Amino acid sequence: MKGIPFFPEQASKVAPEVDLIYYVLTALTVFFSIGVFAAILYFIVKYRAGSKADRSRPPSHNMPLELTWSVIPLLMSLVVFGWSAKLFIEMQKPIPSRDALEIIVIGKQWMWHLQHPTGQRENNTLHIPVGRPVKLTMISQDVLHSFYVPAFRVKQDVLPGRYTTLWFEATKTGTYHLFCAEYCGTKHAEMIGTVTVLSEEGYETWLEETQWGIRAAQRTESLAEQGAKLFTRLECSGCHSPGSTSGPPLAGMFGTQRALSDGRFVTADEGYIRDSIREPQKMILSGWEDKDGMPPYPTIDEQQILQLIAYIRSLKELPTASTPPLSDEAEG
Amino acid sequence: MSATTSIEQRGSVNYLNCDYSLKSWLITLDHKRIGLLYLIAILIFFLIGGSMALLIRYELLTPQGDFLLSDTYNKTFTMHGVTLIFFFLIPSIPAVLGNFLLPLMLGAKDVAFPRLNLLSWYVFMAGAVLGTIALVSGGVDTGWTFYTPLSSTFAHGAVVLAVSAAFVAGFSSIMTGVNFIVTIHMMRAPGLTWSRLPLFVWAHYATSLIQVLGTPVIAITLFLVGVERVAKIGIFDPNLGGDPVLFQHLFWFYSHPAVYIMILPGMGVISEVIACFARRRIFGYDFVAYSSLAIAVLGFFVWGHHMFVSGQSMYAGMVFSVITFLVAIPSAIKIFNWTATLYKGSIHLAAPMLFALSFMGLFTIGGLTGLFLASMAMDIHLHDTYFVVAHFHYVMVGGQIIAFLAGIHFWWPKMTGRMYPEGMGKLSALVTFIGFNLTFMPQFILGYMGMPRRYHSYPEEWQVLHVLSSAGASILASGFILTIGYLIWSLWYGDKASANPWGAKGLEWQTPSPPPTENFATKPVVTEEAYHYTPELREEEKEYEHV
Repeated sequence: MKGIPFFPEQASKVAPEVDLIYYVLTALTVFFSIGVFAAILYFIVKYRAGSKADRSRPPSHNMPLELTWSVIPLLMSLVVFGWSAKLFIEMQKPIPSRDALEIIVIGKQWMWHLQHPTGQRENNTLHIPVGRPVKLTMISQDVLHSFYVPAFRVKQDVLPGRYTTLWFEATKTGTYHLFCAEYCGTKHAEMIGTVTVLSEEGYETWLEETQWGIRAAQRTESLAEQGAKLFTRLECSGCHSPGSTSGPPLAGMFGTQRALSDGRFVTADEGYIRDSIREPQKMILSGWEDKDGMPPYPTIDEQQILQLIAYIRSLKELPTASTPPLSDEAEG
Repeated sequence: MSATTSIEQRGSVNYLNCDYSLKSWLITLDHKRIGLLYLIAILIFFLIGGSMALLIRYELLTPQGDFLLSDTYNKTFTMHGVTLIFFFLIPSIPAVLGNFLLPLMLGAKDVAFPRLNLLSWYVFMAGAVLGTIALVSGGVDTGWTFYTPLSSTFAHGAVVLAVSAAFVAGFSSIMTGVNFIVTIHMMRAPGLTWSRLPLFVWAHYATSLIQVLGTPVIAITLFLVGVERVAKIGIFDPNLGGDPVLFQHLFWFYSHPAVYIMILPGMGVISEVIACFARRRIFGYDFVAYSSLAIAVLGFFVWGHHMFVSGQSMYAGMVFSVITFLVAIPSAIKIFNWTATLYKGSIHLAAPMLFALSFMGLFTIGGLTGLFLASMAMDIHLHDTYFVVAHFHYVMVGGQIIAFLAGIHFWWPKMTGRMYPEGMGKLSALVTFIGFNLTFMPQFILGYMGMPRRYHSYPEEWQVLHVLSSAGASILASGFILTIGYLIWSLWYGDKASANPWGAKGLEWQTPSPPPTENFATKPVVTEEAYHYTPELREEEKEYEHV
């Protein structure tokens, strides 16, 4: 214990901007509080019962004064609103970048499970490189959780049944707290961990080392490779391989607009693919109404769905005849 | 209004001594007795909920979760919240002071529906009994917010009992609200126009509107949680085809306006106390009155500010954020007008006034820190941290409980016919103010550091702040215990109170203390505006001078 800490570390790009709003709001709070307290103190001293102060013609109301102290705080409020809303919008938007690191996060009672695009898995720790935008795609297996890194000033609820995303860019190497901020049951306070920000080389080294860590003598497969294997094992490839007439082809479809049989258009994002696997009958593609339809896969877990999504996203070009591109038969 | 001495009727029959039997209390239709029944009931829940707070603060003295294990800790803060919100704060001022005072302030014999009033107490007690059973039969660990699907599917414990308790208690709140609205519309004394109403009445009118319009929504929502839990019908749990965020919308649609149920009545009390002890008409009466209504109306459109990080639409969030900034303005107007009321007043620092000034300071901080949370980018960091905990305790404890104490001290002579010991009252105002700030000021810093809510263990670097907070909690608790102690003592040993010990305006002071069962011997007629105070005490009000 070294005295009383007042501010968390600023370790992300938005942290100084959020702190600036905090300083301004704190200054406004102090200004108005001191103003009100000083006025109260002044009046109770000057107008204490029995004092000789002038009490002639006490005003009962004063319209210009009322308007002044309504309109000035209102304008100040609107400025703070606009400022913080603008920053909020920026924080929600993807950070423009060619090499954003996309990591998947699965929250469950009571741990964080994370997986890097290159396949490395972590529990309750996250290793990321400094200065590179990171996108978390998150989902919960059970109740609500919330991914919170105070040093980055970012937080996002993690919901069951729906993906949420979180963007940030670390600016300072070090190890920072990771908390679950949304109360999630008995061991909520133990659903904590660390985020370690490494240099770009440090991250590469970490990836190398971790590659061999989990199962000795076996190269870690990337998320997409794991998905490809699953794609075969679950026999998705039977209908969804190129040229098949029993199911729509998947290559290049990620991110496109899909016309549904009920006339709706949906964007083929992560959520769309997840829903289409769990409940295929909910969104039938236009032109595929008279097919047998895909059976639902209700027991497939969140990790597997994310692997399949990674695989489907990787299908930019039409896959060659010997899809999927695999190395060995071990399962992820 | 000059008949202060002539209405002294010491030794005469009043609502307390007319019948001492237990039965006469349990089937009473007298609004004053029902107010006291509520007072006794909520005092019990205040003590239960307050004890839980002390257990929580004791656990947080050390970084390790060692005194309360996680399960016990979670049940403790859940019951702390459920008890103090549903069974203390919501009924505190309306059901106790409101019930006691509204008919007196209006010059009426009773509320519009005395039987409904008694029923509301029994319904409240039924909810309270259910809540107590939930507590002793294993407890609940969902948090007072009952977020789904944790509450509806995953949590163990007596969730159905706990939501039933809040469900049932909600009906008593609706009954009180309906009763007050009709009473204020229909039972005003001749000459008591809307613009002459005490601001306490305006505040209760606004509160009642929220109770009547908002409470049914929480009742339905909690009912649906029970349905999903018992019958496995998918409403909120995505595995059953439901939507967990829907619960948050429904829950906060009531529970944010409920925050105003928990603060508007306090603001009403403060207006009465400040006018009396500054011996001034409330500055900007119209603004103070209408700001209560503005808060009640705008308060219904800000619920989504609890959900900026829940995954709700960014645009919805922006609308909720801007309306939240707007709802802060009427509160600011009140603070400014109360401060201006002190100008050219003749200020007496009796205990109720000290509590009222304490309220103004604490509520100012509570309100302004709310703007941090209304600011979207800021809220991402602060949401679900101790900053939020500190903010709402500043509003609910620093606001409502301190206002409740101001009101209890102010009207204690009227309610009991006895004066509380003034020196003790002043000491209590000071101790609670210091204890409160020491408890919750460090929590703002903890929140900004990133300390999440509902953790029984935490990183070591935050221990100093937690120790400060726990030390403050013990001072605050001493202040509350002291207050309860001397108030009970005064029932037997306090000085006998005159009809109007403060030289206050308002019809409730024109009848003996304690009032007779029928409130007024003759129906009062109102001929002047509210708060027609003069700076100098009149001859017959001199008794007040020694305070």
